Amino acid sequence: MAILADKNARLIVQGLTGREGTFHAKACADYGTKVVGGVTPGKGGSTHEGWPIFNSVQEAVDKTGANASVIFVPPPFAADAIMEAADAEVELIVCITEGIPTLDMVRAWEFLQNRRSRLIGPNCPGIISPGKCKIGIMPGHIHREGSVGIVSRSGTLTYEAVYQLTTRGIGQSTAIGIGGDPIIGTNFVDALELFNRDHQTEVVVMIGEIGGDAEEAAADYIRSHMKKPVVGFIAGQTAPPGRRMGHAGAIISGGKGTAAEKIKAMEAAGIRVAKTPAAIGEAVVAAMGVAVRV
Amino acid sequence: MKIHEYQAKGILKKYGVDVPRGEMATSREEAEAAAKNLFAAGASGVVVKAQIHAGGRGKGGGVKIAKSMNEAGEIAAKMLGMKLVTHQTGPEGRIVRRLLIEETLHIEKELYLGILVDRAEAKPVFMASAAGGMEIEQVAAENPNAILKQHIDPGMGLEPFQARKIAFQLGLKPQQINPAVQFLTGLYRAFLDTDASLVEINPFIACTDGRLFALDAKINFDDNALFRHSDIRELRDITEEDPLEVEASKYSLNYIKLDGNVGCMVNGAGLAMATMDIIKYAGGMPADFLDVGGGANAEQVTHAFEILLSDKNVKAVLINIFGGILRVDTLATGVVAAAKKTNIQLPIVLRLEGTNVEAGREILKQSELNFTVAETMKDAAEKVVAAARA
Repeated sequence: MAILADKNARLIVQGLTGREGTFHAKACADYGTKVVGGVTPGKGGSTHEGWPIFNSVQEAVDKTGANASVIFVPPPFAADAIMEAADAEVELIVCITEGIPTLDMVRAWEFLQNRRSRLIGPNCPGIISPGKCKIGIMPGHIHREGSVGIVSRSGTLTYEAVYQLTTRGIGQSTAIGIGGDPIIGTNFVDALELFNRDHQTEVVVMIGEIGGDAEEAAADYIRSHMKKPVVGFIAGQTAPPGRRMGHAGAIISGGKGTAAEKIKAMEAAGIRVAKTPAAIGEAVVAAMGVAVRV
Repeated sequence: MKIHEYQAKGILKKYGVDVPRGEMATSREEAEAAAKNLFAAGASGVVVKAQIHAGGRGKGGGVKIAKSMNEAGEIAAKMLGMKLVTHQTGPEGRIVRRLLIEETLHIEKELYLGILVDRAEAKPVFMASAAGGMEIEQVAAENPNAILKQHIDPGMGLEPFQARKIAFQLGLKPQQINPAVQFLTGLYRAFLDTDASLVEINPFIACTDGRLFALDAKINFDDNALFRHSDIRELRDITEEDPLEVEASKYSLNYIKLDGNVGCMVNGAGLAMATMDIIKYAGGMPADFLDVGGGANAEQVTHAFEILLSDKNVKAVLINIFGGILRVDTLATGVVAAAKKTNIQLPIVLRLEGTNVEAGREILKQSELNFTVAETMKDAAEKVVAAARA
């Protein structure tokens, strides 16, 4: 099953002709994702690395039957790219771009209301359902098909968690990076709801960080609705207050959004919270009740 | 990005938000001239306010009232160059280089106004409270009901009825409502137009003669939007920032200096925070947060290395890279180049995984430099903490 991304995905790449767009379009295609074309306004009608390029998302959708888009457009134009994809009714929009102005995302978020598209990100590594489909920038080879769902605000920390699982022989159903920005299209609760309904997923790993209260909201959801064990980790236990820790959304402001608060809320909701990032794998093993296989 | 109070007031004034009359001064002479102008314009007193990027200035001795031009000059002379320590500066404090000389006003009421983006709602939100002058965090902790929140529909903007609602709930008088609506509308326009992440007026005052003013003003800007605000970029005061952080920002590196002795260089903000955490768990203290980002190249890595090593507290370095966008071989090339260029003598522990990891490890091996290679994050943290102690 997996969630959101599977073998039916027909992917276009907004910003395919750029350096990162090209590199990752190839990596997604190599992984087995059906990449059907790209969008670069002004370059429509040409081809790039064998893929047809279109001037607009609508044209790309009409000509290729695309149902998913991944965005590598530079930050000043990325919110516009999201809205264009939503206007063309692309079902799944994954925005990799980091550095989009917050007020641009306020507009894009508003635009997405009452539209059919689901947005993942921005400022995220994307989504992968191992063995089926990869829409994003994560290294595919560290993944393995299996039953653990992962949802995370961080890119590389997700890879770390995946790697710990794969080296223990534990596979993943879907790993979704929801992004490190203050305003994101899919939040923890959205992803948890999907994993809760997914038959392939047996355990969920939720990786949060300082800033905001999305983890607290997720803990509330888990306490009252989650049918599967959840393992957690929160990055930033040593982060100083008032400083933005790389991610635009990772900041303790006015004493709110600390790791300690989040861990407390998560533990109270029955989530097994790993003390260090190195202990995520073991915590999943404990949650699954399976023997360690190193 | 942060700016000074006088700069924030300069912006607000353009949007029709009333601020007290005043001028910025960087010397005793300028302070006296500013005071002279204010007294000539009818001020009954002036206030000398230290301009630093931190709150709590009054309690630290950075806000003083003068009744004459000479007194203002004396206060300014003492305040300029002094180290101002507040609860937000940390014990090292900040050197006062600029002052704001402002007219005093007869305050009847001190209120609070703030605008920021509510992350969960993905909308701007006005926060207002009748408990002005206090820190809003304290009000929120002690009496959350004392804070009024008004979300703004981004497609519509602040509607007059919403502004009136805020004004009435703050207990303003009927004749103050229309001026308050104008004040709030100006504030919201300033927030939107400048891509602010926070506009805070604390206190927002009502005077005994009924007039409304922003007695203090704080505006923080969204760094991601600065590319379209060249005028605001010019307001940056780098003397308020850590020199190493300023250097890092030139190369688009996310660097935050901390107090420990284990330097770390990591790709990705989450992993960088988690690396700091595990260093502490292993019994050490991180010297920095340094995220070289997803798309770093060899040159950026070299700069990152140099910045890391300019912190003399650093006794050992941990490089933790999980390659996604950033290919491990790219990083390894940068690390080798930087290690040779800086002739580094400190112990370096490396932990690499991800895209092109084999090529990366080969580059390190070929370099014949003395790196310790760790297998896992736990292993890496333990090794680097031990090395920093040795």
